[in-house]
Amino acid sequence: MEAAGIHVKDLNAWFGATQALHSISMEIPAKHATAIIGPSGCGKSTFVRCLNRMHETLPQTRVEGTVAIGDLDVYGKGVSPVWIRRRVGMVFQKPNPFPTMSIYDNVAAGLKLNGFRNRRELDIVVERSLRKAALWDEVKNDLKKKSGASLSGGQQQRLCIARALAVEPEVLLMDEPASALDPISTAKVEDLIFELKKQYTVVIVTHNMQQAARVADFTAFFLMGNMVELDKTQIIFTKPSDKRTEDYITGRFG
Amino acid sequence: MLNSSQNIALHRRLTNGLALGLITMAMLIVTVPLFLILGTVISRGVSGLNWAFFTQIPKPIGEVGGGMVNAIAGSVMLLAVASLIGVPLGVGAGVYLAEYGRNKWGNIVRFTADVLNGVPSIVIGLTAYALVVVVQKHFSLLAGSVALGIMMIPTICRTTEEVLLLVPQSIREAALGLGIPKWRTILSVVVRTASSGIVTSIMLAFARIAGETAPLMFTALGNQYWSKSLNQPTAALPLQIFAYAVMPYDEAHRQAWTGALVLIGLIMLTVIVFRFISSRGAIKGAS
Repeated sequence: MEAAGIHVKDLNAWFGATQALHSISMEIPAKHATAIIGPSGCGKSTFVRCLNRMHETLPQTRVEGTVAIGDLDVYGKGVSPVWIRRRVGMVFQKPNPFPTMSIYDNVAAGLKLNGFRNRRELDIVVERSLRKAALWDEVKNDLKKKSGASLSGGQQQRLCIARALAVEPEVLLMDEPASALDPISTAKVEDLIFELKKQYTVVIVTHNMQQAARVADFTAFFLMGNMVELDKTQIIFTKPSDKRTEDYITGRFG
Repeated sequence: MLNSSQNIALHRRLTNGLALGLITMAMLIVTVPLFLILGTVISRGVSGLNWAFFTQIPKPIGEVGGGMVNAIAGSVMLLAVASLIGVPLGVGAGVYLAEYGRNKWGNIVRFTADVLNGVPSIVIGLTAYALVVVVQKHFSLLAGSVALGIMMIPTICRTTEEVLLLVPQSIREAALGLGIPKWRTILSVVVRTASSGIVTSIMLAFARIAGETAPLMFTALGNQYWSKSLNQPTAALPLQIFAYAVMPYDEAHRQAWTGALVLIGLIMLTVIVFRFISSRGAIKGAS
């Protein structure tokens, strides 16, 4: 499916009585990588989890405001969260392959468990997704023999990326995808993001400012549930317009 | 200085030795009775093992020979039908508790299951008597199976809940994040991930009810002959063992020991076969 931009307007989110996001409005452009940076607890993860309606899977949570992916109103009446999540892929902080499934089944899970059974096409999708995730050469001989959990941490994370790509989303959300990985695996995942943003709209949450500078075209700085600033990455890291952004990126707090 | 560190080393070695001794003793206390029981049952029961035991129904009292084929077949049928009742209800309730039961209803179910687990088996038998025997107006295999099936539910339910809760939340999120509906996530991802634990819980419940005698006394009742009907009273190994064990004849006692051996063998065989089946689908490196 063709990548779409994301339009967020007045987005508020709560955990119980605690408000985690305060009327966030932002435009995330299609086919670019946008990084969300900010100190722990600033609402970065909550923000991306609102984009594919994962926030509401946690108990006692609430969301207000509008999110649109292309023309699709994510919180519109009668719009199923399941349908949204098929169009918006997600990669989590810790690699989470399905432990009882083979490498092949992990990648095919999103299609298989939604009733897609054409074997020949599944083979094609699995290979294509693993190639996109730069994992194919490392696992092509063990596809059905080995469990997803038997791979190394970095390989597992690329497997999770392949799994997300297999359902052909328009948007890829990555919630600190490299924070549990060693530097070599991190470099591989970053190279991958560089490739992926040519085709997909990528939103990446990261703690690592160098990482944002390396992979993202745009960067948003979040602080205490507010979006302080969104601009081209280069500008955020050289001439931010807000004092708080400058303090954060120069390491004066956070 | 050197002296005191030597003292510490000695002290640690002694403590270590003492603790190791204690846990070894505990291990022996736990395992020795098991092997004593197994040894006794095998040594007393093995002499009665012969072809007739597995093919003939019991001879009239006082006569030598005969077998327990009716009781063996009865037990197999009772356990099979009980599992058909207990396994789906137990697993279903366990899935409900783990995935939807973080509320008042869940607590009620949890409390009920725990109380049911503590109800003496003879009371469960009485319940099945009231539910099935009184309604049908006769004893039957079905009534026995209902009693045993009810006994399986709480064990399977609570253990299934525990093993499902051990499946990390991140696995559920991975599936939901792929656009897989919640029910499908639970069935194809969560339950599948926990399947070996669920099989263990079923096996525990199965092994527990396989030896139950009391709940069968006024449900399945027992039968001198080989009944193949769900609606007739049936013989069962525990009932037959009990009947023979209280008789004043050596020949009956011998048959009872052999029956006990066969019952233990039957339980072990079932557990091994199910373990094998459930592990066959597993792949390398699966955790």
